Amino acid sequence: MAEMLSRRRFLLGTTSAAAALALSGCDILDDASQGNFRNVLASAEELTRATQRFFLSPTSMAKEFTEADIGKNFRANGSTSPDDPEYLRLAANGFADWKLKVGGLVETPLELSLADLRAMPSRTQITRHDCVEGWSCIGKWTGVQLALVLDEAKLKPEAKYILFTCADELEKTLDGSGRYYESHGLEDAFHPQTILAYEMNGAPLPIPHGAPVRLRVERQLGYKQPKYIMRIDAVDSLEKFGSGNGGFWEDRGYEWYAGI
Amino acid sequence: MAATALEGRSPAFIYRHTVLVRITHWINVVCITFLLMSGLQIFNAHPALYVGQKSDFDHPVLAMTARNTPDGPVGETTILGHSFDTSGILGMSYYDGVPRARGFPSWITVPSYQDLATGRRWHFFFAWLFFINGAVYLAASLATRHIWRDLVPSWSQIRAIGPTIWHHLKLKFPHEREYNVLQKLTYLTMVAGVLPLVVLTGLTMSPGVNAIVPWLVEVFGGRQTARTIHFICATLIVLFILVHVLLVLVSGVWNNLRSMVTGRYRVDVAGGDHG
Ligand code: HEM
Ligand code: HEM
Repeated sequence: MAEMLSRRRFLLGTTSAAAALALSGCDILDDASQGNFRNVLASAEELTRATQRFFLSPTSMAKEFTEADIGKNFRANGSTSPDDPEYLRLAANGFADWKLKVGGLVETPLELSLADLRAMPSRTQITRHDCVEGWSCIGKWTGVQLALVLDEAKLKPEAKYILFTCADELEKTLDGSGRYYESHGLEDAFHPQTILAYEMNGAPLPIPHGAPVRLRVERQLGYKQPKYIMRIDAVDSLEKFGSGNGGFWEDRGYEWYAGI
Repeated sequence: MAATALEGRSPAFIYRHTVLVRITHWINVVCITFLLMSGLQIFNAHPALYVGQKSDFDHPVLAMTARNTPDGPVGETTILGHSFDTSGILGMSYYDGVPRARGFPSWITVPSYQDLATGRRWHFFFAWLFFINGAVYLAASLATRHIWRDLVPSWSQIRAIGPTIWHHLKLKFPHEREYNVLQKLTYLTMVAGVLPLVVLTGLTMSPGVNAIVPWLVEVFGGRQTARTIHFICATLIVLFILVHVLLVLVSGVWNNLRSMVTGRYRVDVAGGDHG
């Protein structure tokens, strides 16, 4: 009898607790997603970065594929046709007047045209592009290694990050805070597969994929590979740019280190 | 399940689960709950699965989509080319009464609203906890021979699998010191098969890990196949939980839960000398 009662009370208790949990559970989890608990969750990102950095050597390479692996429809995500007037003017005559500005904490600021970039030694790689949303595409990229450009500009010793400023505004805002930008640490900036790509699948880089030049960083996800690059700056801290998290998507809650 | 009878207590009680098994079990339950809910949030960012290295967008093996019809919006789930109307649950569901195109409905994702960045935060936090917890369990269970002693079935158990299945179908569960053969086989499949597989396929989706151990993604036949296997593992885990919890409920819920919290388990035959 005692057992019967306690069992019934237990079942009653658990059912009403489960019902209460189901009702309030969503709210509690939604609140936890925003509040201080978010910082607890975010601590895992640092652990992931440190672990991957520990095992990755500067020369661990992303897999390179063959021509036969190249997909027919490489998805273009994010901005696919920037409407910035200056960009439209540059696009109108095939980016002949476009100049990539390299500055910040460098000894020799540079201004490089597409012809200048094409005159430098090039690298071609067929790689898999992994979007944070979960899909992957394979394409062929040709460009100049970022390391060559940075070596020409000569980084000052204080430089810790390389910051990329783009022509596209992915979110329309009055204060321009929706402009795309990204950043990388020096390990990835100087990696042999990190290139400023001006060709895709053997043709000039099309506008949906970031003409005239986009970045390829093959050991991280797609949002770390900005398109429509206008400026490259060497900086010692990311705090002064955007909301201070190092990139457009990072300012909207995504991890700065996107190795997973 | 160190089967030492508790001295000085009723002989009908035995000490069934070690403290390590009990603690890691309940941490695991918390981790898997959040991994599943945040995983479905991640899935919703692109509710389609493929095989191979790259996504063949026109031929997903599984896809959840929404479309408008004269009778209102419908949700559709397509598996290997066969479509099913799954309105209200998969493909299209209601959020605050408004129809939305969503893979899985809001009540099963964390957070409830569409937010990939936050879903990833939850997923990777609990992935670490799940990994560390599982590594502790496996290392200790190998060291103490828990896996061999308590999870690998004996030949006599395997030979008697027919009667054991028959007992289960009749919902008759003898309370013995040892797990029965069906329990052993399912637990072993989980701890030595599905759970390690979900970790490995999760890591395979990481471009960083691909550069560290390039052969891993080849073993699974490409990143998109790894994602599909990851999803199948999650589905198997859900099926396991349904059966596992159902059997915990019907085979003596109090006794089972007590044993998984305190270690004390009541057996049918006092001091019975099995296997
Ligand atoms: C250490 C353990 C784990 C790791 C490292 C991991 C990693 C990942 C990663 C990287 C993704 C993103 C895939 C994408 O880009 O779309 C993902 C998605 C997902 N995860 Fe996990 N995961 C782990 C454990 C689990 C567990 C235990 C479950 C289920 C109970 C789970 C369920 C899911 C689901 C449903 C998705 C959505 C996409 C898909 O099915 O592949 N994960 N996980
Ligand atoms: C989240 C998914 C779950 C997984 C993967 C899981 C897995 C397992 C495993 C592998 C064992 C055997 C442990 C060993 O001896 O090493 C076990 C035992 C047990 N689990 Fe779970 N479990 C889960 C959820 C639950 C839940 C929600 C409950 C409560 C309702 C529960 C109650 C029990 C009990 C009572 C036992 C002991 C069974 C017995 O002594 O006969 N489990 N579980």
